Amino acid sequence: MSRAPGVTLEGSASIDGAPLFAPLRLTLPAGRWTCLLGGSGVGKSTVLRLICGLPTGASFDGTITATDTRPIPERVAYMAQDDLLLPWASVTDNIRLGARLRGQRADADRLAHILARVGLSGHAQKKPGALSGGQRQRVALARTLMEDKPIILLDEPFSALDAQTRAAMQELAADLLQGRTVLVVTHDPAEAARLGHAIVVLTPKGVTDCPPPAAPVPRPVDDLDTLRCQAELLRRLRDAA
Amino acid sequence: MKYGSAFLAIGFALLLWQGIVTLTGLPKFILPGPRLVAESWWTNRALIAEHTLITAMEVLIGLVIGTALGIASAIYLASSRVARLVIQPILVFTQALPVFALAPILTLWLGFGLGSKIAMAVLIIYFPVTSSFCDGLMRTPRGLLDLAQTMQAGHWRTLRLIRIPAALPSLASGIRLAAVYAPIGAVIGEWVGASRGLGYLMLLANGRAKTDLMFAALLTLGVFAVLLHLAVHLATRRLSGSSPDRA
Repeated sequence: MSRAPGVTLEGSASIDGAPLFAPLRLTLPAGRWTCLLGGSGVGKSTVLRLICGLPTGASFDGTITATDTRPIPERVAYMAQDDLLLPWASVTDNIRLGARLRGQRADADRLAHILARVGLSGHAQKKPGALSGGQRQRVALARTLMEDKPIILLDEPFSALDAQTRAAMQELAADLLQGRTVLVVTHDPAEAARLGHAIVVLTPKGVTDCPPPAAPVPRPVDDLDTLRCQAELLRRLRDAA
Repeated sequence: MKYGSAFLAIGFALLLWQGIVTLTGLPKFILPGPRLVAESWWTNRALIAEHTLITAMEVLIGLVIGTALGIASAIYLASSRVARLVIQPILVFTQALPVFALAPILTLWLGFGLGSKIAMAVLIIYFPVTSSFCDGLMRTPRGLLDLAQTMQAGHWRTLRLIRIPAALPSLASGIRLAAVYAPIGAVIGEWVGASRGLGYLMLLANGRAKTDLMFAALLTLGVFAVLLHLAVHLATRRLSGSSPDRA
C-alpha cells in the first residue's frame, strides 16, 4: 500500500435543482478514521459516493482533492451495508474479486494471511450462503483488505449486524485498517463515538465538527467519555431534525 | 407421491376417454378409444419411431441454435445502449408477427427437409431466450456494479464475472420456455411442407382417416415434449441456483 493521503471535499450538491447539502468542506485527515454522522436523506452516502467516483444522481459543484494531488477513485476500496458478496462464488473467489476483475493474479499467501486475520481460514471454499451475517461481513472486510488501498470508504458497513457482532466487527475493522485514511458514513452515534479520530455531523445546513473522546480508537463500549460523546452526537442529530 | 398423482391423473384421463367413446358410440375414425390407439401405436411402432427421431432432431438442433443465438444477442444488447435503442424495437416488432405465418416462406426458401423446421424452431425460441436473458443482464444488483467500478474493473470482465452469472437464473427460465415452444415450431413447419416427422405423420394419418394412428403420433409428441421439458428443467437447475437474491 502507498502512503495514505488526506482527502478534502469542498462544494455543494443538488438533485434536480433542489439543494441536497449546503456548501461544505469535509477533510479526512491522512491515515485516520473520520466518521460522518447524519440522519437519513442528508446526503452522507452521496458524499462517500462522490469520493469513490460512483454515480450519485445528484449534481455536485465543487472539488475533491487528495493532499498528494494524485487522483482518488483508483486508490479507494469500498464497503457497503450490504456485504455485496457474489453468492455463486466461494469465499476465496469473493476476496480476490478485485484482482480477477482487473485480470491480475491474486497473491495466494496474502489471501491466506488475510483470511486468517478475519478468522475465516476454515471457510475458504464455502459459499456465502453457508455463512452467518457476521461472517459474511468479515468476508467483505477481507475483500476490502485484499484491495490494499490507502483510502477506505465504508457506507454503514455494520448497521445490518446485531449489537454484539457489530461491536466485534468495529474492533476488527479498526485494527485491520490502521494507518489508512478511512471514511465511515453512519447514522449510529455510538459507532461514530467509538471509531472516529475525527467526528463530523452532517445536517442540511452543512457540517459541524464534534471533538472526539480522548481514548484511542476503537474506544471501549463502556468508556464514559465515549458514552458522553455519543449522547452529545445524538443531541445534535435531534436538534438538526 | 408426485409421480403417484401423475399416474393417477393419466389413469383417470384414460378412463374418461374410454367412457366417452363407449357412451357416445362415436365411429372410430372420429374418436378411437385408448385401446385401439395403443394397438395402432404398437403395430406402427417402427414408423412412429422413425418420424419421432426426425422431429426430435429438428427440435434439439433448433433448441441449441436458438439458445446460442439468443445468448449472443442478449449479451450484445446488454453491452450496448445503441443496440438496445435500435435493435430492441425491431425485435419486439418481429415478435408481433406470428411466426407461423412465416412457415410457407421458410419452406420455399429452405426446402422440405430439416432446414425449414429447424429454422421455425429457432425463430420461435429466439425471442424468449434473448428477452429473458437480456432482462437478467440489465437487472444486475446496483451494489455489485458499484463495487466492480471501485475495483477498476473492465467492461468485459464485469460482464463475465458478475453480470452473466447473476443473470443465469433468467437465462434458465428463458431456456425452459424455449423447450416448450420448440416442438410447436417444428410441428408447424412439418405441417406446411415435409415428407418426414411426427407433424407430417399426423397429417398423413388424418388424411387417410387413420385417426387411431394420428392419435398415436399425437400422444408420442406429447410424451416427447414432456420428457424434453423435464430434461431441460433438470439441466437448467444448476443455473437457477445462483441467483444473487437467494444466498
